[in-house]
Amino acid sequence: MSSIGTGYDLSASQFSPDGRVFQVEYAQKAVENSGTAIGLRGKDGVVFAVEKLVQSKLYEFGANKRIFTVDSHVGMAVAGLLADAKQIVETSRSECADYRSQYGSNIPLKYLNDRVSMFMHAYTLYSAVRPFGCSAIMGSYDPIEGPAMFVVDSSGVSHGYYGCAIGKAKQSAKTEMEKLNLANMSCRELVKEAARIIYLVHDELKDKAFELELSWVGEATGGRHERVPKEIFQEAEKFANSALEDDSESDSEDA
Amino acid sequence: MALSGMTSQMSMTPKFQHNFMGPDWLHAEHSTGTSIMAVEYDGGVIIGADSRTTTGAYIANRVTDKLTRISDSIYCCRSGSAADTQAIADIVAYHLEFLSLEQGEPPLVETAANIFRQLCYDYRDQLTAGIIVAGWDSRKGGQVYCIPVGGMLVRQPLSIGGSGSTYVYGYVDANYKDNMTREECKKFVTNSLALAMMRDGSSGGVVRLGAIDKTGIERFVFTGKDIPKFYEG
Amino acid sequence: MTKRVNTTKMAQFGSDAFAAKSFWHNGPAPGASYNFPNMRSSSGEEEMQRSQTPITTGTSVLGLKFDNGVIICADTLGSYGSLARFRDCQRVMKVNNNIAVGVGGDYADFQYLKRVIDQKIMDEHIADDGFALKPKALYTWLTRVMYNRRNKFDPLWNNYVVGGMQEGVPFLGAVDLRGMAYQDRHIATGYGSYIALPLLRDAADKNPNMSLQQAKEIMEKCLEVLYYRDARSFPKYQMAIVTAEGVTVSDVLEVKSNWEVAHMISGF
Repeated sequence: MSSIGTGYDLSASQFSPDGRVFQVEYAQKAVENSGTAIGLRGKDGVVFAVEKLVQSKLYEFGANKRIFTVDSHVGMAVAGLLADAKQIVETSRSECADYRSQYGSNIPLKYLNDRVSMFMHAYTLYSAVRPFGCSAIMGSYDPIEGPAMFVVDSSGVSHGYYGCAIGKAKQSAKTEMEKLNLANMSCRELVKEAARIIYLVHDELKDKAFELELSWVGEATGGRHERVPKEIFQEAEKFANSALEDDSESDSEDA
Repeated sequence: MALSGMTSQMSMTPKFQHNFMGPDWLHAEHSTGTSIMAVEYDGGVIIGADSRTTTGAYIANRVTDKLTRISDSIYCCRSGSAADTQAIADIVAYHLEFLSLEQGEPPLVETAANIFRQLCYDYRDQLTAGIIVAGWDSRKGGQVYCIPVGGMLVRQPLSIGGSGSTYVYGYVDANYKDNMTREECKKFVTNSLALAMMRDGSSGGVVRLGAIDKTGIERFVFTGKDIPKFYEG
Repeated sequence: MTKRVNTTKMAQFGSDAFAAKSFWHNGPAPGASYNFPNMRSSSGEEEMQRSQTPITTGTSVLGLKFDNGVIICADTLGSYGSLARFRDCQRVMKVNNNIAVGVGGDYADFQYLKRVIDQKIMDEHIADDGFALKPKALYTWLTRVMYNRRNKFDPLWNNYVVGGMQEGVPFLGAVDLRGMAYQDRHIATGYGSYIALPLLRDAADKNPNMSLQQAKEIMEKCLEVLYYRDARSFPKYQMAIVTAEGVTVSDVLEVKSNWEVAHMISGF
């Protein structure tokens, strides 16, 4: 890497001569080493899916979740260093609670996103701190405004999306999403597609075990962010597996 | 000064007045002993108020405007201490302006009402303020929120406040209808205020109205003969 | 209302230029110590009196344990002195799937604490650890909050009645504005403690294992009698029922009342 040994990568408060902040780029590398997380925004809600890599067989099932409920109507899926991500989640939670206590209503996601982005950006400005080694997808549903989804990364930059992916296999996941007509799909359809994409992009050779996490927020959940119920989860997983089998069959036929 | 027409519980009049203090207007707080009112109608809200501000029994201002702008389509009707309610309204307007700048869209009436509530509740021991917040937003249309002394917050389709209101509870209960037209609603508010002003010594002057809907506010003033008359015996 | 009380100033304002000089002149008031010129009075600090009073108030709350659950009832009136100002003030609240709370007293204070409780429940939901607040925990927490505020001489002017299912067993407890708390088979606050409590006790003595239906009936009776005899009551109410199946808060119901005796009365 060009940055190494130049001395310009030791602090987040110093630019390199070509105008880069290497500490921020390194932080983004931490996100790219993480299991994939995706978010799909349809016509009636947002669906989150996470490929949670299980490092050891000794871990309890369901430990170290990477999808969080931030407020009744806001969900967050994260990739990168889990401990860093948890601080983002906590910050977001108190933003939501503060907004409600001051203004008496649910925080608009756009506003939450602004606040969280600002917070993450602040950690790219000073030599005494280190940027967050994580990226977060946040999504919500409002009966009048409809669904909304944003991604914020280590640099504090954020964008709104219909489909987004962060982590290891973000490229192939995005390619898969581009084939879908996301804006016109319902949450029930998106749950299946989300599960399929995670199964598809999972690299069996490099990463052995993984757990699928699925959550949604939308019309179907009454505007609340919830984990996808067992039956629908199993249905989606089944759909994902059979889609994979079809895929591998057609691959072998081609060969 | 009191915005004329506070109820007995809101009254700022000291229990004991000493002779050497002179006439009440020398020491009494300016207050809006008042008649104020706001009603939701089909597509918006009508707000209304009398125009009397008193210092004890002296009318410090006979043409007060108690309908105070918070944002383009959110107004409040003030009753209680003039100083307190003006200060609160200024603070809320500031908060709301800042928030809508941050959010890039007009503020919600509900949000305005909650900021009022927060101030009125947190400082309830130091304030004398009975406020009605009314306005229009794209989320819930025309809305009326009532924040009486003590700092509770309730949404009501119809809210009346100030000392004059106690004289017209019966009238508004008997004459309120859901989903009135704008004109019906204006008439209803004008009549109620006229009745309240005639019975409440701390209310009087002119009737000020505001009609708020998706296009913003339209203001009206009824003076002299334009104020409806009822039995005066 | 907060009043700033400054003893020395009060003495000056209290005097009257045209009246006789005070009996004890130029020295400390009887029982007080001497104040030297240009020195602050004894404590030096202004005393703050927070004689806060409830403004918009709800009247009695009733609670009753039955066979396999708890009922909590309260009418929907927010009184403003004797003015029946807010007639749709709902003050029976579902906390989570196994707790309901009924509240009397200052409605603004209730709204404040409701916001705190709602956020508490939200935090717990968010934690996603499978645990849910239990009634006894909320009850105990309320005693701490209420007692803390009373120690600041700024009480939350409320009565809280907490009902719920604790490990499958009905729970019923009450906390008042001073943090005083107790649990009982039946609870009634305010006027209810004079009027409804004897009725509830009598019914429970006669029928220790009440069914839900029987419990509802005695509650309706209590609300009816309270409507006859409590001048701050209202004939519309809500009823929360907590059983192992969960919490339901009813719509606004109407008290059935009977005034036929009026025809038999003449004169006074």
